[in-house]
Amino acid sequence: MSSQTTAPAEDVAGGVTETPRERVFALLQRQGGPVVLVLVVLLASIFSSGFASSGNFSTILVGNAYISLLALAETFVIISGGIDLSVGSMFALGGVLAAWGMNHGGSGVAVLLPIAVGLVVGVVQGSLIAYARLAPFIVTLAGLLFARGLLQAISNEGSTTYLVPGHSVFAFLGDGTWRPILTAVALFAIAAVVLVRTRFGQALFAIGGSENAALLMGVRVRRTKVFVYMLSGTLAAVAGMLNASRLQSGVTNIGVGYELTAIAAVVIGGTILTGGSGSIYGTAAGVLLLAVIQNLIGVHLSQYGSSASDLVNGAFLAVVVVLQSFLARRRAL
Amino acid sequence: MSDSSGVVLRLDGVSKSFPGVRALRDVSLELRAGEVHALVGENGAGKSTLIKISTGVYTADEGEVRLLDAPVSFTDPLQAQAAGISTIYQEVNLIPLMSVARNLYLGREPRRFGLVDTARMNRDARARLREFGIDVNPARPLRSLALGAQQMVSIARAVEIDARVVIMDEPTSSLEKREVETLFTVIERLAASGIAILYVSHRMEELYRICDRVTVMRDGQVVGSSAMADIDRLQLVSMMLGRDASDLRQHGSTAFAEGRDVEDDVVLRTQGLNVRHTLEDVSLDIRRGEVVGLGGLLGAGRSETARAIVGALHAESGEVAVNGKRLRRRSPAAAIRAGIAMLPEDRKLDGIVPGLSVRENIVLAALPRLSRMGLVQRSKQDEIVSFFIDRLQIKVSSPAQRVSDLSGGNQQKVLLARWLCLHPKALLLDEPTRGIDVGAKAEVQGLIEELARDGLAVLLISSDLEELIEGSDRIVVLREGKVVDNLTGDAVTDDNLMRALAADPSRSDDAQPAKDSS
Repeated sequence: MSSQTTAPAEDVAGGVTETPRERVFALLQRQGGPVVLVLVVLLASIFSSGFASSGNFSTILVGNAYISLLALAETFVIISGGIDLSVGSMFALGGVLAAWGMNHGGSGVAVLLPIAVGLVVGVVQGSLIAYARLAPFIVTLAGLLFARGLLQAISNEGSTTYLVPGHSVFAFLGDGTWRPILTAVALFAIAAVVLVRTRFGQALFAIGGSENAALLMGVRVRRTKVFVYMLSGTLAAVAGMLNASRLQSGVTNIGVGYELTAIAAVVIGGTILTGGSGSIYGTAAGVLLLAVIQNLIGVHLSQYGSSASDLVNGAFLAVVVVLQSFLARRRAL
Repeated sequence: MSDSSGVVLRLDGVSKSFPGVRALRDVSLELRAGEVHALVGENGAGKSTLIKISTGVYTADEGEVRLLDAPVSFTDPLQAQAAGISTIYQEVNLIPLMSVARNLYLGREPRRFGLVDTARMNRDARARLREFGIDVNPARPLRSLALGAQQMVSIARAVEIDARVVIMDEPTSSLEKREVETLFTVIERLAASGIAILYVSHRMEELYRICDRVTVMRDGQVVGSSAMADIDRLQLVSMMLGRDASDLRQHGSTAFAEGRDVEDDVVLRTQGLNVRHTLEDVSLDIRRGEVVGLGGLLGAGRSETARAIVGALHAESGEVAVNGKRLRRRSPAAAIRAGIAMLPEDRKLDGIVPGLSVRENIVLAALPRLSRMGLVQRSKQDEIVSFFIDRLQIKVSSPAQRVSDLSGGNQQKVLLARWLCLHPKALLLDEPTRGIDVGAKAEVQGLIEELARDGLAVLLISSDLEELIEGSDRIVVLREGKVVDNLTGDAVTDDNLMRALAADPSRSDDAQPAKDSS
């Protein structure tokens, strides 16, 4: 009772159940992404000429700024124990809606329309998951198809590409080098605060950790779930909208498979796929790691194209997931 | 003790039905400020339903719930909590991956400028938990605490919500003796501060120790309510069971082991089991028809011994032999083939497959034997299933009933049936009666006795000393993973066992002095 720092394990009967080895694994699983990212960047800077240049860095960052927001959205959903497969489609739809809005009403519509549609689609998905108790996988798969279909309808089966006039207010929004980077950094920072320092964030961890216990502890489980899918849908549409501003066009065939890359980045960042544990900075590391690997392969292994980067990313993901399930199993014993 | 008759929570004529079941019939109950009110009854008596109605998980079909004399109708647990009704469930219902402090304050985190004030939360949590006898770093994940400490966290949480009523559903079932003492101190303090406590437990000693009044339920109705002092144990139990008190005596300490011979041939021989950090040189023989009790405090390595014997826990060294034949491969499958069956401690986690029917759960382990060329013979299955339902008196509406709908006692019998249909030679029972009501407990204990009489070698692990003493021919005592005592014949007494468990030096002719000399 006297000493506080050394006594705990004695005072609590049974004490700690985590062995040192488990702690190392847990650390590896949680911090593996950031650590590997630092290593890869260091090694690439030393051995790959041209990698460590401000030009290349800004290419990597700008090229991934808006896509990274999909991983951000996915982090919230996955921590809550769910999954959102619709973010890639919503990304594309957001872009097309913004460009269409630009042509049918100006910058205001271009900004607000994607937000509104993302919100509505998110709420519908969330409600189906929370209130009708449908599986997130199925609901958001339907959302994926729905968003893609809506996009096709607006763009006349993809044949019409709406352009954004370069001098418009809307085109200014997502353009440049610093604006995309700072937007992404700001949103990641806000997200980190929301996740760790708000009751909503805590509720997400609680629901993902044990939905039943969360319910009994008085967490508003259903409302929180609706909110998280709303957040995810809106964020994905906003990302697409910003991307359209940068590209000055509502590209119709963009975003296919982005949800899977986003999920991969989240998991590589140490967020557990079954929910209840994860971090924003881990996701940031996951996104950057995938982007850096892609960049390196683009430079050095360009003859293999994207297949090489998919191969490397896939292998990396497999290692992380194996580590996760290994940890989970050890804890279950 | 307190008789202020200030009724805090009143249930008046509450009824609740589920499809096919009338769970509660015209139930009335009064909880007064500052009292510890025991709620007892067999499984299926309606205790859980009553609790769930009081806490907003269910809504009553008829009748009224009044809190501080105002009618309330909760539709979810949050409303009940906000109104001051907190519940502590039998199994710890917190989030294992979240930190202790975050669990403690989930939904009520202290905030500054709209954001959670983590530093203050951790500080508050530490101070609060000290009052409950726990001194841990509150930033640690809850999972890393022992079960008893986790339970304390959930109690601290319940009290934290300015509770007027605290409902405790078997709070001590996962606690060690020392932790139970801390809990009782806490309960007394809560009661003294005017909180009404509804205390559900199967443990008689606890009820008499801390409860002021008792309400007995049976078959969805209240069958009696009385001051604790005005009712003796036998009356209480017979009221719960709705049976004549004299029936119960048969399971008392006098009946066991009489008229049953322990034969001399060793069925299960375990020699020198070593599991790192857990077991040290554990050797154990069980003879035909013998029930060997395995005594020890929490963490002494009782469950681990059973798990190491069947190969569910990897042992670095040691041998297990059945009828003199050494097991070469050590795995649960090999153990089953050799005739060792184990009933695990945690029914939900390790045993019952909740989505399956009673039939499927019973034949699960026997499927390989019942199948011919990969196909399972249905008629053979039915035969076995109905035999065991009958033999173990499993109360089911039909073999097709989902096992998750059964009470704990009946689930345990289903598990027992599963292993018995493999015709095992040795049966390892890990806490076979934990969490099941008195009636079912007596039945399961009776069954164990019968099985031993039929020639089975039984290893019985139980935290219930009474059960251990009454139900065993011999008790092997473990402490810190080592066999420290072997009580046989007349030496199997409360006193000796307690001494062995507590490492009392006056009997330590065989034991090394324990590390903690308290």
